[in-house]
This record gives sequence, structure tokens and C-alpha cells, in this order.
Amino acid sequence: MIRPHRSHPLWFAFLLHRVSGALLALFLPAHFLVLATALTSPQALDGALAWTDNTLVKLAEFGLVFLLAVHALGGLRLLALEFLPWTSGQKTLAASAVALAVLVSGTFFLSAV
Amino acid sequence: MDVSVWRGDASGGRFQRFEVPARTSQTVLDVVAWIQQNADPTLSYRFACRVGMCGSCAMMVNGQPRWTCRTHVDRVTSDGRLEIAPLRNLAVIKDLAADMDPFFEKWVTAEAVFHPARSRDEAVERVNPDDPARQQVDAAIECINCAICYAACDTVAANPDYLGPAALNRAWTLVNDTKDAGRTAVLDAVSGAGGCHNCHSMGSCAQFCPNELNPMNAIAGLKRATARRFLGG
Ligand code: SF4
Ligand code: SF4
Ligand code: FES
Repeated sequence: MIRPHRSHPLWFAFLLHRVSGALLALFLPAHFLVLATALTSPQALDGALAWTDNTLVKLAEFGLVFLLAVHALGGLRLLALEFLPWTSGQKTLAASAVALAVLVSGTFFLSAV
Repeated sequence: MDVSVWRGDASGGRFQRFEVPARTSQTVLDVVAWIQQNADPTLSYRFACRVGMCGSCAMMVNGQPRWTCRTHVDRVTSDGRLEIAPLRNLAVIKDLAADMDPFFEKWVTAEAVFHPARSRDEAVERVNPDDPARQQVDAAIECINCAICYAACDTVAANPDYLGPAALNRAWTLVNDTKDAGRTAVLDAVSGAGGCHNCHSMGSCAQFCPNELNPMNAIAGLKRATARRFLGG
């Protein structure tokens, strides 16, 4: 997967964006399904909400916020990269997007535990 | 030195090992030439200028695309091992010689060809080096058609119709060139199915271009130009 011609920061930024996007695409249908139970069966929703108090689920939520932050910032990075005529410094931008994502999800994690 | 060289043709092949004497300031092309001259005269490969001008000597060296005439062995290996293969993303003709036809055909498909605006009876168009558009051209013009960016690009690998970084880079120079009259034709050609919007901005082209061009930036320019045109701007 990480072959020699891929080992540079911009390719890793691409990989991160692709993987976080794919994982979020898996999560979203489940998310909407649970939200829909608010209309059809409130007890089921309460059950689901009680389940999210689980430490393990809390931990998974940390991952979720991380994915969201990574994907959103990665998207902003791409928009900035492609729609503003940068001459150089894209790598710095990619790195700061990752750094900010770690910061945001880290803060969430610390307040969750 | 322990050198593995890919031998075969379009139907398949395998790596063959050669023991090659190490020399100071030896280039990867020197290694290939030594094998052909001293170990196996049937080895096929391409080169011409040996000084980084012609763009014919590109190969995969330890998994990365390189201009072999300007790549010193000690820059790409620390343990004396080399793996030399034909350029990625192109069919093999024989051994280290890849079939460049699709690469060049895509330049034509991208309208990356000069569209003259004036006849010989008219005065030559003035080129102002301080013009921002001209500076975009200057930043992207020194391409030697080596296909290293094309071999590095994963979008080319995944989509056979993708025009690729070099052709799009050249198209971008024409879009910004006051002497070229084909701006509309170029923007039409690069906004189609295999065009600039396929690019994922993963930057491998810019990472490996031996002339330090940045096709990714050029493609971003085409994305902006085609998007602006689509929005009627
Ligand atoms: S930036 Fe675009 S053209 Fe360059 S390697 Fe990536 S996908 Fe290919
Ligand atoms: S853009 Fe660079 S890597 Fe691509 S063909 Fe031209 S010189 Fe070679
Ligand atoms: S032989 Fe001409 S660029 Fe290498």
C-alpha cells in the first residue's frame, strides 16, 4: 500500500482524507437510522442513547470526532489548495490541518474521560 | 553492487540479478549501460543526452520514478542494492523500454499543442515577462516529456483515460500564453471525462518531477479556469 512512490506528505494527506471519508460514509446510515427512531419509537432511541454511555462507545465517539475533524479540515485544505493559487507551502497547510484535527479531537477526548 | 533489472516484454517478465562494480559519482544510467556493455548485450533501454535534457532515460529505481542519467547511485541506495524497472503506468516494449505512445497521445487529446494566432505576414506577438499569466507559463514550461510524473501518479494508474500531469501541465501553459489562440479548445479538452477534475491533488507528480515543476499546481489552475468558465465568469 505505502509503496516508495507514495511516501511523501501530500499523499498521506490524500490517504487520510480518503479513509476518513469512507469510514464516515459507513457511519452515517447507522446515525440516521438511530435518529429516525425518535419519530417511530422513542423507547428504542432511549435504549440507543443509554448504550452510548458505554465507555467503549465513548471511546469510539472520540474516533468519530477525529474522523470528522480530519475530513472537514482535509476538505478545507483541498479547497484552499485548488481554489487559491498557492505557489508553495501546501505541505505546511496539510500538516497544520492534521495538527488541528488532533487538537480538536484531543480536547473532546479529554473532556469525555 | 547487487542490481536487479526487469527483463521481459508486454506479456510478462521477471527480475534478473547482476553484480556491478561500484564507482564514484556513478549514475543509475551508468549501471544499466555497464550491464549492457559487459554482462548482457541483449538488455534494452533508452537514453540519448545523458545530461537531463531529452527525457528519454526515465525508469523506476527502487520503486520510484527517476531520470537515471542524473540520478547518482549513492542518492537512491544506502545498502548497495538497486532494483531497476521500466516506468510504471505504461506498457513495456522490452526490458527497461516502456511504450510512450499513450503518454504522447494524451498530450494531443488534451489539446496541449500550439494553436497559432498569427500568420507569417503579421508582426510577432509581444511577450511581457512581467505579466502574471506569463509567469504561470514560465513556471511550468521547462518540461522534458520524461513521463516521470505520469509514472508517479496513482490517478493515472486507476483511470486509463486520465490525461495525466504532464499533458495537463502543458495545457495550462497554453491557456496562459498570449501567443496561443486555442484557449477555448484547451479548456474544452481538459474538462472532459479524463480531464483535470480527476486529479486528487496527491502531489506525487510534483514530488518526483526532475525539473522541479509542479503539475499539481498547473492542474489546480485548470480546475479554477474551467470552474470559472462553467459558472459563466
Ligand atoms: S496531483 Fe494529480 S496529477 Fe499529480 S500525481 Fe496527484 S493525481 Fe496525479
Ligand atoms: S512535468 Fe516534469 S516529470 Fe512530468 S514529463 Fe515534464 S519534466 Fe517529466
Ligand atoms: S538521457 Fe536525456 S534526460 Fe537522461
